[in-house]
Amino acid sequence: MTTTTEQTATGSPGDGPNLKATGLYTRTLPPYFPFALLAGCLIVVAGAFHLLGAFHPVPVAVVAGIAYLASIAAVSATVENGRRAADRLVTGIVYCCFIVAMVPLVSLLATVLVYGIKRFDLYFLSVSMNGVIPSMDAGGVYHAIVGTLVITGVATAISVPVGLMTAVYVVEYGRGRLKQAITFFVDVMTGIPSIVAGLFVVALWILLFGPGNTNGLAGAIALSVLMIPVVVRSSEEMLRLVPNELREASYALGVPKWLTIVKVVLPTAVAGLTTGIILALARVIGETAPLILTAGMASTRINANPVDGDMMSLPVYIYKAVRDMGLSGQAGAYAEERAWAAALTLILVVMLLFLAARLVSRFFSPHTR
Amino acid sequence: MAKRIDVSDLNVYYGDFKAVEDVTMTVEPRSVTAFIGSSGCGKSTFLRTLNRMHEVTPGARVQGKVMLDNLDVYDPSVDPVAVRREIGMVFQRANPFPTMSIYDNVIAGAKLNNQRMNKRRADEIVERSLRDANLWEEVKDRLNKPGAGLSGGQQQRLCIARATAVEPTVLLMDEPCSALDPISTLAIEDLIAKLKENYTIVIVTHNMQQAARVSDRTAFFNLAGTGQPGRLIEMGDTNKIFTKPDKKETENYITGRFG
Repeated sequence: MTTTTEQTATGSPGDGPNLKATGLYTRTLPPYFPFALLAGCLIVVAGAFHLLGAFHPVPVAVVAGIAYLASIAAVSATVENGRRAADRLVTGIVYCCFIVAMVPLVSLLATVLVYGIKRFDLYFLSVSMNGVIPSMDAGGVYHAIVGTLVITGVATAISVPVGLMTAVYVVEYGRGRLKQAITFFVDVMTGIPSIVAGLFVVALWILLFGPGNTNGLAGAIALSVLMIPVVVRSSEEMLRLVPNELREASYALGVPKWLTIVKVVLPTAVAGLTTGIILALARVIGETAPLILTAGMASTRINANPVDGDMMSLPVYIYKAVRDMGLSGQAGAYAEERAWAAALTLILVVMLLFLAARLVSRFFSPHTR
Repeated sequence: MAKRIDVSDLNVYYGDFKAVEDVTMTVEPRSVTAFIGSSGCGKSTFLRTLNRMHEVTPGARVQGKVMLDNLDVYDPSVDPVAVRREIGMVFQRANPFPTMSIYDNVIAGAKLNNQRMNKRRADEIVERSLRDANLWEEVKDRLNKPGAGLSGGQQQRLCIARATAVEPTVLLMDEPCSALDPISTLAIEDLIAKLKENYTIVIVTHNMQQAARVSDRTAFFNLAGTGQPGRLIEMGDTNKIFTKPDKKETENYITGRFG
């Protein structure tokens, strides 16, 4: 492999020898060389595995990757110099890590798409499971979509005011012990396992309404216990990013502190705040355990009233469908299809939320033109 | 409408640390007073105590008296917010509100305070303030564009327009030109000369030529040593301070023999 190019100094001709003498000049591999080498590694390794009769894409990719890293470092060290060899080696490692990180994500999305698409249609999105018995090739996810939207909507309506005002207190007003205590407990709350949040609300509901009462509101409160600390944390960061100069500019115009916060600090940070809230929402929308405990899993009807008994949601629907996969005959197969299709629905809902977050932050962020 | 400021025996503390000690001075109305002195000698800190802006910093407090004509600025019954409406401020770094247009930035004082005003009156204030700030001709065709899109010098003049739009009696300027090129600096110095007909102006500057050019009176601040509070060394007519100051320290600073 001697695909090196002799690069002559293209500047003024007199510089060439001097540059060489100072050691500033090195030969360089052509830009296409890494790609050619990678292709070469893949072909050689794939061929070797094929000859041994053990061809499989995963080990081929792994071995080819290692072979590429070793050979690019060796070639670069001989042709170029040590520093470039290190650069090429580390660049290669970074790309490998990136690919390793992308594999599960792409594989997950592809699998859900391939299996979910079988049952994913308008019918599935627009009917509930009311009156559907397991062996029926019918039923859909509409009631779970409604439930998820209602529960997370109520949870957001509870979490955003509480979380945002806590963040405003911590950043703008908080001093000393109380501020430290709040920050500490918010951090602790971030680590609460979701099932514990569910149990907390179950206990609360038993105290208030007696045992056996599950409804959407209980689920929303359990989710807001999980959501509030995330909202506080992200809003805190966003409010801290607002330059102090803007606050001072406002004070210097004779604007009181609360108006400064409402009219200068919050509008300046609004894009980041919205993104943070939507990310928190996306984080809780897939919670299953607390919803099984609090909103129940018996509901098959379309229920948009958060205080009217059990409420289905997408993650619980998936869980229930997966449990039904063990049923004999066609019932198990239908349940599996429903589980995949509902998973696809959930992913799409979350993707729509992220899209909304991106649009909102683009729309609201301060413009300079 | 310009008012006189009388400061007597003013000490400024950050927590337990005394930053400025025993300042007594008079700032004359309709004139420009320059504060000069090396970095960290308390000029800006002292400036910020004049409109109670230092209270924004946690732990900062003041002993002594500041009189704005007959009003005791530190009287317990005086609202700092009202003081800041009387005494406007322009900062070292231009800080237009990024969420607002040029037009809204100028009338921000009224807008942020939820004051209602009709469109004609608002237009008048915007045009007058921008003309005062020598910015009108440059921005009159794009008043609805964001203020953050202007150049650094234009932004600083926008901030001055914003400060004068609330019609204060005193204008404090904390190194307003330190981040600007010579052309923009000149524009702002011209502006200061024009504004002093109606306002009392106090300007902190590190640029001694600037102090000599724009100010009528100059105050020199200095530290007694590291960790010591800053003091007012000498104050007088700018001509006198720059030609034959009373104190040796002042002369050394002006002639660049220490710093």
